[in-house]
Order: sequence, then C-alpha cells, then structure tokens
Amino acid sequence: MPRPGGARVQEKSKDFKNSMLRLIKNLSPWKVIMVIALILAMISAILSLIAPDKLSVLTDTITAGISPDVEKLTEVGQKITDNLGEAGQQSFTICNGMVPEVDEKSDVAKQACENLEKNLTDIEIDGVTISAKDQIKFMELTMEMGDEAESERSLELIDELPDSIYELVKPSIDMDKVKDIAIFMAGLYLVSVLFNFIVGFSLTTVSNRFANILRDNISKKVNKLPLKYFDNHEIGDVLSRVTNDVDMIAQNLNNSLATLVSSVTLFLGSIFMMFVTNWIMALTAILSSILGFVLMFAIMSKSQKYFNEKQEALGEMNGYIEEMYSGHNVVKAYNGEKEALAEFTGLNEELYQTNRKSQFLSGLMHPIMGFIGNFGYVMVCIVGAILTMNDVISFGVIVAFMIYVRLFTNPLSQIAQAMASLQSTAAASERVFEFLDEKEMSNQKDMKKKLNKSHVKGEIEFKNVKFGYDAGRTIIKNFSVKVKPGQKIAIVGPTGAGKTTMVNLLMKFYEINNGQILIDGVSTSELTRENVHELFIMVLQDTWLFEGTVRDNIKFNKEDVTDREIWEALRTVGVDHFVKTLPGGLDYVISDNDTVSQGQKQLLTIARGMIEDAPFLILDEATSNVDTRTEELVQKAMDKLTEGRTSFIIAHRLSTIKNADLILVMNEGNIIEQGSHDELMKKGGFYEKLYNSQFEKVG
Amino acid sequence: MIKLFRNLTKREIFYAIVCILLIVVQVWLELTIPDYMSEITRLVQTEGSHMSDILREGTYMVGCALASLVCSIIVGYFAARVASSFSATIRKKIFVKVENMGIAEIKKFSTSSLITRTTNDVTQVEMLIGMGLQVFIKAPIMAIWAVMKILNKGLEWSILTACCVAILLFVVGTLMAIVLPRFRKVQKLIDRINGVMRENLSGIRVIRAFNAEKYQTNKFKAVNDELTDMQMFNQRCFSIMNPVMNLIMYILTLGIYIIGAFLIQEAGMLDKITLFSNMVVFSSYGMQVIMSFLMLALIFMMVPRAQISAQRINEVLDEEISILDGTFEGKTKEIGTVEFKNVSFKYPDADDYILKNISFKVNRGETIAFIGSTGSGKSTLINLVPRFYDATEGEVLVDGVNVKEYTQEALHNKLGYVPQKAVMFTGTVASNVSYGDNGRGEVSRKKIEEAIKIAQGEDFVLKMDKQYDSHIARGGTNVSGGQKQRLAIARAIARDPEIYIFDDSFSALDYKTDSVLRKELKKYTKDATSIIVAQRIGTIINADKIVVLDEGECVGIGTHKELLKNCSVYKEIALSQLSKEELEDA
Repeated sequence: MPRPGGARVQEKSKDFKNSMLRLIKNLSPWKVIMVIALILAMISAILSLIAPDKLSVLTDTITAGISPDVEKLTEVGQKITDNLGEAGQQSFTICNGMVPEVDEKSDVAKQACENLEKNLTDIEIDGVTISAKDQIKFMELTMEMGDEAESERSLELIDELPDSIYELVKPSIDMDKVKDIAIFMAGLYLVSVLFNFIVGFSLTTVSNRFANILRDNISKKVNKLPLKYFDNHEIGDVLSRVTNDVDMIAQNLNNSLATLVSSVTLFLGSIFMMFVTNWIMALTAILSSILGFVLMFAIMSKSQKYFNEKQEALGEMNGYIEEMYSGHNVVKAYNGEKEALAEFTGLNEELYQTNRKSQFLSGLMHPIMGFIGNFGYVMVCIVGAILTMNDVISFGVIVAFMIYVRLFTNPLSQIAQAMASLQSTAAASERVFEFLDEKEMSNQKDMKKKLNKSHVKGEIEFKNVKFGYDAGRTIIKNFSVKVKPGQKIAIVGPTGAGKTTMVNLLMKFYEINNGQILIDGVSTSELTRENVHELFIMVLQDTWLFEGTVRDNIKFNKEDVTDREIWEALRTVGVDHFVKTLPGGLDYVISDNDTVSQGQKQLLTIARGMIEDAPFLILDEATSNVDTRTEELVQKAMDKLTEGRTSFIIAHRLSTIKNADLILVMNEGNIIEQGSHDELMKKGGFYEKLYNSQFEKVG
Repeated sequence: MIKLFRNLTKREIFYAIVCILLIVVQVWLELTIPDYMSEITRLVQTEGSHMSDILREGTYMVGCALASLVCSIIVGYFAARVASSFSATIRKKIFVKVENMGIAEIKKFSTSSLITRTTNDVTQVEMLIGMGLQVFIKAPIMAIWAVMKILNKGLEWSILTACCVAILLFVVGTLMAIVLPRFRKVQKLIDRINGVMRENLSGIRVIRAFNAEKYQTNKFKAVNDELTDMQMFNQRCFSIMNPVMNLIMYILTLGIYIIGAFLIQEAGMLDKITLFSNMVVFSSYGMQVIMSFLMLALIFMMVPRAQISAQRINEVLDEEISILDGTFEGKTKEIGTVEFKNVSFKYPDADDYILKNISFKVNRGETIAFIGSTGSGKSTLINLVPRFYDATEGEVLVDGVNVKEYTQEALHNKLGYVPQKAVMFTGTVASNVSYGDNGRGEVSRKKIEEAIKIAQGEDFVLKMDKQYDSHIARGGTNVSGGQKQRLAIARAIARDPEIYIFDDSFSALDYKTDSVLRKELKKYTKDATSIIVAQRIGTIINADKIVVLDEGECVGIGTHKELLKNCSVYKEIALSQLSKEELEDA
C-alpha cells in the first residue's frame, strides 16, 4: 500500500546494525570525502569547545581594565607624602583650612599655600613628572576621597586627578591582549564556519549522488526482475521505494550524520573537559541533568508511540476519504451518506486524539531541554560557590563550567533525534536493498543462437508444454499445437480464463516448466529473451502510451524512423486525420487526462506495432469503451496488421474468431478445446455454448 | 486565512487567548532569567558574598525557569488542543460539504484534489496554528521585548545588532528568493520521476516486448539527473545558511566585546562600570534579538504555504451546491415509471448542449436501453435520473413526480444504480453487497446470497477463502474487474429497487456471463424497470425500447427490429459488431 504523504513515521528497522553496515558499504565510493567531512565536523566541534573558554578570557581581560590601578595609586600617594615631609604636610593642612585655629581666608593660610607650592619639588614616577601643583591637587582629592571611599564620587574623583597622575593610575584594558584574543577567536570562528560549510556542502553532494545512483539502480533493477514479481507486488510499493524511501535516506544522511558526529564529539568532549577541570563539579553538572534526560527519553518514547498511532490514523483517514470521494456517486445513490459520516466522525475523532497527544508530547522536548540547562547552571553555580569559599577551586572554574553545562546538555537531544532519524534511514534502506536484492531473471550469457527477424518464416510449435504460475499448480497441461506461417490463431474464453497466459508464454515473459516452444524449429529456451521479443509485435488491450509526443510514442525506442514512415503507419491505421487535427501534429504531447480517446489510443499503439515490423503478432482486441466508428477503424487496422504475419489474437469479435485458422478455447487457465469454428460448433462443447449465448432471448 | 479562522469555536478562541497570555508571561520569565544569571555571576565573582545570597538568587532563577517550563507545557497543551480540534472541525466540514456536492462540483475540483484538500491542506493549516500559537506569537514579543531591553544601552552596539539582523534577513531573503521557485520545480520533478517509474511499471510488458528497457532507463536517468541537480543546488544553497547564521552570531558576540573594550577604554571612570554591565546585557539579549528575527523569518516562510492551503480549503467550503433537496417523501400514484419531458442539458459553463430535447417514457417492468457512440450523451442522460445533475431545461419524472421535488433520500430509495466503473469499499463481500440504506432496514444475509447468485457471482465468491465474509481490499484490488462488476450489480439487486439503472455495467463481462446474468435478473425482477446504457448490441437486443443517441439528440426510438429498418445510425452500429446473418438470426 502506498504510504500517505506528510510526516513519516519513524519506523523501526528490522536489523538496524546490518542495514547500517550495508548502507555504509554502499557509500564506499565517497569514503574519502565522507571521512574528511566527518573529521572536519569533529574538529569544528572541538573548536566550539575552545571558543567559550577564550571568550571568558576576553571577559576577564576587559574586567581587569575597569578598576583603577589601586597599587599605583597608593604608591603615588606614598611618594607625594614623602616629598611633602612634616613641614609640607603642616602647610597643606593649614592651606586647606583644616586647622581649626587658622581661618582659611587668613593671610597665614595664604602664606602656607604659597610656601607649599614653592617648597615642593617635582617628583618623577615611572618617567612621569608630577609638578608641585599636581601634587597638591592630588592631596586635596585624596582628602575628599577619604570620606567617601568606594562611592560613586570616588570614581568621579579619579577622573578629576591631574593628568600626570591620571596617566599613571587610570584603569587600562590590555588592548594588545584583547586584539590578540579577538584575532584568535575570529580565526577560530572562521575556521569553524568554513569547516561547517565544507561538511554541509560535501555531505549534500554525497547524499544526492547516492540517491541518484540508488534511483538509477532501482530503475535498472525493474528491467531485470521476472514479471512474476510485478504480479505479486503493487506499483505503489515500488514507487514509494523510488521516491519516499530514497528521499528519506538522502535527507537523513545529509542531516543526521554530521549532527551525530559533532554532537557526540561535543558531548564526550565536554564530559572530558569537565572531569579534567574538576570532578566534583563534573558530577554536579551531570547528575543535575540526568533527571531531565530520563524525563526526556520517557516522553520521547511515549510520543513516538502516539506518532505511530497518528500516522496510522492519518493513513486510515486518507484511505477512507479516497474511497468515499471516488465512490461518491454510489454513496449518494445508495443513501450511504449517514453511514459515511458516522464512520468518518469516528476516524476523525481518533485522529484528533492521537494528533493532540503526539503534538503535545513532542512539543515538550524543547522547554524541558531549556529547563535542564538552567537548572544545571544554577546547580553548578551553587556547588561552585561552596567550593570557591573553601578554596578548592578558583572562580575561573565556575565560569568554565557554566559553559560546559550548556555544551553538555544541548547535544544530547540532538543525538537522540539523529538516532531516531537513523532508525528510519535504516528502515528505508532495508526496503530499497530488499528490492535491489530480489531474484533476477536467469542469466542468458551462454545463449549464442540468434534468429534474424527478416529471415524467420513464421512457424511456431508448442510441444508438450506444461506451465503453472506457482510451483504446485500446473494450469497448462501437456499442450501441443503446430502453427504454419501466416496463420491466424484466435484465443477465446470467458473473463479470467487465463488468455494472457498465452501471451506470457509466447513472449517468454515466463519460463515454461516442461516441453518446448519452437520458432522455425529452434527452441525458445535457446534464444535470448531480447531475440524472442524482436520477433513479435505485441498490441495489448490496455493501451500503453507514455507522456510524450505522438512521434515519440510511435517510434518509441526505434531510432532511425523518419516522419514519413510514421505518417505512413498512421495512414495505414487510419488516424492520420486525427493526428493532423491535434495542435502540433506529431509534436502533440499526449498526457493522462486528454482528449485522445481510448480507441484512438489503441490505434496509436497499433501504429507503433506497424513501425516495429516483425514476423509474429500478438493482438488483444478491445472489448469496451470504444465507440462504433473508431471500433471499425481499429478493426481495419488490426486486419492490416495481421496480413502476412503469424498472428495470435485474443478475440472478442465474432468475425475475427470465425475467420481464424485455429481457435484455442480457454477456461480456468486451461486450453480446453482447439479447432476451427466449424469443428468446434459441431463438437457442441464449451465453445458452442459460449458462441450461442449471445443470441439467447432474455425473458 | 482569517476567513478560515472564523471556524474557530468559542472554546478554541478562549484557549488561544490563554496561550497568548501565558506566552507573554513566559517571555517575561525567559528574559528575566539572564538578569538572575548575571546577578549570580556577580555574586560568585565578588569575594566575600554570602552563600545565602547565591542560594536565594539561584532559587529565584530555578523558580523562573520552572515557571517558564510550566507555562510552555500549558501553552503546548492548549496549542495542540486548539490546532488538532480546529483541523478536525475543518476536515469534517469539508467532508460533509463534499458529501453534499453533485458530480459537477466534484468534477470541477477533481477527486484527487479534494482528497489533498481534506488531508494535506488541513494539515498545513493545522501545523501553522500549532506552531503559530507558540512561535508565531512568541517571536515578535520576544523580539520587541529584547530590543527594548537593549535600547539606549549603546548606539554602537545597537548599530552592530541592527547590521547583523539586516544581514540575516538579507541572506534568508536571498536564499528564499533563489530556492523557493526551485522547490516548486523539485516537486514537479518528483512527480515526473514518479510518472516515468509508473509508466515503466504499468507498461512493463510492452517495454519488454519492444526490447525498450534501455530506452526507458535512459529516460528515467535523464529525469533523475535533472532532479538530482536541482535538489543538490537547493540543498547546497541551504548548506550555506547554517554556517552564515553561525557566522552572524559569532560576529555579533565578538563584535560586542571588541566594541565594548574600546568604549570602556575611552570612557571616564564612572561610565566604565555602566558600559561593562551594558555589554554583558547586550551579549545575551543581542543573541535573543537575532534568534527572534530568525524565527520571524522562518514564520514568513511558512505563512505563504499555509495561506495557499487555506485558500484551497475555502474554495471547497464556499462552493455553492447546485443540487438542493426537495421535500416530497410521500407515496406516488405511479410506480416504476421514468419519464423525460423535453429534457436538455449542458454543463454550467459550457456553450454546447450535451442533450437536446429528449422525451420518452418507460413503464413498470419494461427495459429501456440507450446506445450511441462515445460522447453521444448516454451516460449524462441516465445521470439525470438519480439527480447527479439537474436537467438544464425540461423535466425528469420518476413515478410521475419531478425528481427535484423528492428528498434525495426518497428518490434514491426507488433506484438501484450500477455505475460504469464498479466501486468497491473496504470491507467484506457481504458488506459491499448490503451497502447503503434503502429505507427498509438492514439487508438480510439470505438476500445478500440471493443477490450475488443472480449477479452470477456465487461461483467466485464461494471459491474465496471466507466466502461471503471474504475481505475486499481498498478499491477492490483483490477482485478482478469482472468480479467487481458482478458484485456492484448484486449490490443493486439487494436493494430491491423499483428502477434499475445500468450505466454500461456489463462491459467487463464476457458474452456468456452477460447473457445469463440478464436472464436471471429478468426472472427475479419481473416488476422492476431497467434503464440500460450499453456498447454491445448483444446486451440490448431484447430491450422493450431502444433509444439511439447521436451527438445529444435522439435519432430513433423503437425495438431492435424496428430500428434496424428505419434508423441508419443504429444499423451502422449493429453492423459493425455483428454480421448480417447474425443480426437476422437474432
């Protein structure tokens, strides 16, 4: 059954390990590029383990540049105090009005100020000369600062320091270091981005090429399988392998492989880094996440269940709707609407429930992951703080762990998702490989004999032929008949009598179990299938035209056919007028829903047979859906086709049957009578009844 | 889209509002968490801070995270509920609508399109609502809120962030512009590859007979290569996306720090601290801004698809139904009669009439047959009886009452219709034969068996593994065409109708089965009227009345013998199928 579209169920594979191994083996033409890509993914993951570390160093460097150089400040203070000496200090206090007895505005104070400035010598610290004025200013500011230490004002005061001193104590970020780190990180990021791009690009290429080859192999395989396979398998099944399954393999290879590799690297890498840094912290981080992971996996397996149920419900719904819509006229005419609605409501309710549950549960993953991350963060901080206070670790360790926790929790959910999608990849590749492994038709390399179709006389003989589709059930038992060149053989029988079996045997679509079919005395078992096919023109009832121009449909795989020959064939068949009326004539593209009627299609397939030209003809007459005038044309065309050829006709028209040289009457798979019309009528058996039934008066 | 949302129930709207409110709370909580984070970082960093402070802030932060988790769980619960109940409602509405449609409307949309509209399109809209109630609402709130947090915290950083957002939108936009049209092409190519493969499989006998395997393989290869190239191009474009996104985020982070370093270096002592804390804020919120714009961009990619789906759904829901129910359910004076009075028919949008001025009457127990070439209007004509279409002009009377006056149920209870293409439903042989409702209660087992026997199906049904209870697969794929047709006929027989309608229903049967079936049927339904459309002269040769149609016009009414004499079209048809002698024998 073709699987419905939309989100696919993540199917479980039957044998995950072997399917994956097989898949990897099949990828071996690209092994170099894939190994390189995966290594690059790994390196890129390792780089992203390093980057946060560097970022925290960068933060530290900037932080270090915010606070003023307190040591320098103390040093400067000390030097200036020394320079002032006892006298100087006294003068300073008086000058600034800090001695209660002396008024600030008094002459004594003014004198002290002057003395102070005069007596002070310049000092030099680290090559910077500090003038007397600056020294006094510094002293003044220090006095003020003393009262309001650590307040905002103190910071402002630093800004007011005389330039010379400010130069010495001002906070300074180590810009060279910042630059170095920035360049290093930029390089790191660029490399990581570049690697990521290369990984993505090359895996995309590989997976698409791989899908291309898989599809080609499937298409080639179709030609190597015995027809029996297609009798037992639905077209939809093969189609879904070509598109859905191959697509799934390509998509998942593309996405999950790189994700898996880099996530595992990140996961293991962060665990490694954590344990190397500090084992207590590492345990804290891991333990605090474990609860979350357990919860997550529980939800995932549960939501998987609902997803499968939902997919099933959706499939059922699809099927039911299809049935109801396409059988709409019957539903209406039989008053089946109420019943249909009741059934639909039931399916709809089921779909609603499973839909709701699966959506809800799958939506939980993301928030839970977020919570685990935050929870881990807090736990690391708390345990880290305790350890720092007991001097077990430094602050930097905590910062590092804050990042490790994130790096540790994120990849796990990605690994889980990648694993799930690899599961469905395995299931899909199982189906593809299963098809590619199907038993092929027998080898025919040793067959050297070849009949040239222009020299074949057209004699065919069945000699004690036995055949059955299944090993246990023989349906054609010991059938013998000899057909002379140019004879007409009609195959008749009620619906389902097995008339196509004859076609299958003549065309060597199936191998006979016993006996021989001889063409001009040569057994077909000694001829290749291609050689046998060459000798026959086959026109079947279910007209097979493909989407393409009229010309392509008629010349099909024959290359050297001129338009004149095509028109000739069309004229013989009698559809030249019709083709001329089509827009574009021979270039008209035939498609499925078209104005070309069933009968006209049949005529075109007959024209195709004309072009083919071979000594034998197999012809399946149309039974229905052809209007009378076209039917007449078809009849004439078929008669033309049988001229000069040994013909096997699955006949529905009595005129054909009566004119046949030999009639094979089939019922329930067997050939039960054979002979000419008159002989069989005389015999008064199955055929006679069959023939007369159409003239019986009813009622 | 908005029009479609009018189908939301009050309760769903209430849930949606709850979702929106909770999302606001959630965004607030999520944006508060970084504050606690930096507070904790500061406390850990500062020497001499108390353990109790860290514990307190830690508890707050975990509390916020937990509250946000609870919020998103509730939002998820309601969003899933709203989305799936909304889609269930819409699906049901479409289904009911389609059930009520006439053939004309169904043809207009085509069955397969109606199926995808009921399933895929609804799923598209459902996904948008489910995601929308979470991401759609969250992303803009998040974006605005995060922008507000960083506003006025530094022009240089703001410019950098704005640049990053601009680059991001540019890259996403360009990629979309390149890739989206190609996506449609990929879809078409996938259809084509499916088509070629289907062609290979359905024509496998012909292909082998012509030794054209190589030809077909090459054809497949050409499409396959084209598909691969197109898909590879698309995916390669997308493989640029991820690294570029990363690069933008890296640039932003690193840029904020470098700009920060310079700004702090230049700033006065007092501003340094403020700048530093602003920088930390920026580095976390800037990322939030980028992420929310990325989310917004993704939403804008999703909306157009859902929009198209919504339109397609609305088209179905808005379609006007042309066949409206009548009210008549009572008893009729006549029984088993069908009369056409000057009936003409054309499709609503067509210029030409398919049927022109047809009149005839058939009485109880009679058989009337219609013959003519394809396109002569035979099937259309009998489709007027069960009101699959309504006559454009004239009247169609069943039992003397115009078909438009009946309730459809009452009308259909009189009819036993067998379509051209036999329809089977998943179930058993018995459930298929007893299908539907004829207003007279359930069909008995005996009746089912009898109907199958008359329809010449007993032989093959008894050979099936569980006889009457044998499984019928979806679409009836496990029974042959002839068997399906016989079961479809049995279905009509089991209904015990006054009037049988056979729309070329014997085409898959061989002559013998065909004639035996009709003989048995005639015996069983002496009083029932039969309307037959056929291609084969043999099928209708014994009808009481034969109507010959040619291009929508009635060119002859009479018995086989009469028509042979005086109707040239009939004669032509007859001679194409049987020889002169055979015709005379008959």
